[in-house]
Amino acid sequence: MATTDTAPATTATTAAVTPYAVALLREEFPILSERIHGKRLAYLDNAATTQKPREVLAAIAAYYETANANVHRGVHLLSERATAAFEDARVEVAAFFHAAQPHEIVFTRNATESINLVAHSWGGANLSAGDEVLISAMEHHSNIVPWQMACARTGAQLRVVPIDDRGALDLEAFRRLLGPRTKIVAMSHLSNALGTVNPVAEIIAAAHAVGAVVLVDGAQAAYHMAVDVQALDVDFYVATGHKLYGPTGMGVLYGKTALLEAMPPFLGGGDMIASVTFEQSTWNVLPYKFEAGTPHIEGAVALAAALRFIQRVGFTWIGAHEAALLAYATEAVQAVPGVRLVGTAPVKASILSFVMDGVHPHDIGTVVDRAGVAIRTGHHCAQPVMARFGVPATARASLAMYNTRDDIDQLVAALHETRKVFA
Amino acid sequence: MMDSLQELYQEVILDHNRRPRNFRAIADATRQEGYNPLCGDRLVVYVALEDGVVRDLSFEGAGCAISKASASLMTEALRGKPLAAARQLFADFQAMVTSPSSEPARDLGKLTALAGVREFPTRVKCASLAWHAVNAALNGAAPAPVSTE
Repeated sequence: MATTDTAPATTATTAAVTPYAVALLREEFPILSERIHGKRLAYLDNAATTQKPREVLAAIAAYYETANANVHRGVHLLSERATAAFEDARVEVAAFFHAAQPHEIVFTRNATESINLVAHSWGGANLSAGDEVLISAMEHHSNIVPWQMACARTGAQLRVVPIDDRGALDLEAFRRLLGPRTKIVAMSHLSNALGTVNPVAEIIAAAHAVGAVVLVDGAQAAYHMAVDVQALDVDFYVATGHKLYGPTGMGVLYGKTALLEAMPPFLGGGDMIASVTFEQSTWNVLPYKFEAGTPHIEGAVALAAALRFIQRVGFTWIGAHEAALLAYATEAVQAVPGVRLVGTAPVKASILSFVMDGVHPHDIGTVVDRAGVAIRTGHHCAQPVMARFGVPATARASLAMYNTRDDIDQLVAALHETRKVFA
Repeated sequence: MMDSLQELYQEVILDHNRRPRNFRAIADATRQEGYNPLCGDRLVVYVALEDGVVRDLSFEGAGCAISKASASLMTEALRGKPLAAARQLFADFQAMVTSPSSEPARDLGKLTALAGVREFPTRVKCASLAWHAVNAALNGAAPAPVSTE
């Protein structure tokens, strides 16, 4: 694998990024050499989904060429291979998140489904009238709506921790809102609309002190920073494969064994049962109790390949590279006349949300697209965040390991072009 | 600027975006909200009918250049039109912005400026937002916002 040789050194002190190293890394991502409207592609929509390295694409092909069969049922060799590949992937995902046991990793479709699983299954068994669910004002719709639905079913109440004008969590308000009624705290690790990194260790410790369990939405965080679920002592952690340089349709739920054991199943069907009669069915062991039906087998295999890729590059390098690039981008984008950042929390990562005087984000998005620059424009599935900052939408540039100053310079040039169009 | 961008952001559109016409509320008019859930943009249109004729027409709200310019141009195009002619223009406008860009755009006067959205599939709904709202208002107004989805 080329990356083994070319990934830069991962000691923090030598983590300054050389153009040479990133250029080699970029070669692992075939799509980055696509021409967009005849221009070089500057892909800055990574918070929506990341691009896939060659070996992830190869893992999908290899699975279908050498191992494809259904898992957990066949006695034939291919089924054994498919089952081994699928379960090996679970072991690798568990190791990536530092879970104590592979069965604490449940495969889902995406982070949204992971949250729905917990809200439905854990929420149904543990929430009742008088209880409170605590979320924050910076959540993605996927960490709001499932809790609203759980509250509607159980009579529990949804409480929201406010954020300040920079987009940082109001920790004092969090501590005030936290109390004996709080049954679960559900918060993002890294805000998709603002880039805010939440102090999750502090949040988890405070929640545990009042007996609440904590779900951390790591959809945005997991591809930017190392996550150790045991060190965090988090109860549930959710992530999604397609932001981890892996395939779509492949979500991850980590849950502590005792919590998962005590929860009823989410979806019913094949694979999640131990026995079925018309009178009664009994449930399979973890994690299969939560994995009804044929799973996304090649998705798990490809996700494992993506995680190996990430680990070879290393979060020390990724973190330093992206932090340096975010600092560069923050300065460069802010220097464009009429541009204002939305989300300036003291601890941020990878995301740059902004608005431009007199130009709607959609118009920015269309003009920069013609310059080869892919950014996201709109409400980012975080309408309460837009309301909090009094904007209908923002433009958002978001970084991944393969981005360079060239990408940022191309964006900035396109923003100047946008201003010219709407002058 | 590249050609298709120039085609999209023609001077008439930039002008109506900068200085939207009939950008106000009308008391005692039928009020209809239009909502584009893809981007969260909301426009409100006001339609005052008198003896089967669109006597006055206006809009308010925030939106992108395309949705604002389209709403602004629409208020000018529909004012004074009999109900049947207004409905026909709605149908003609829809047909124009959804027709293949390989075909010559149907001539709808100043509204033809919006034919440029055909090259930008993600922006067609921006152009039709206000029109859907007005069409609902002409049919007696819906209680909920009219959605482009």
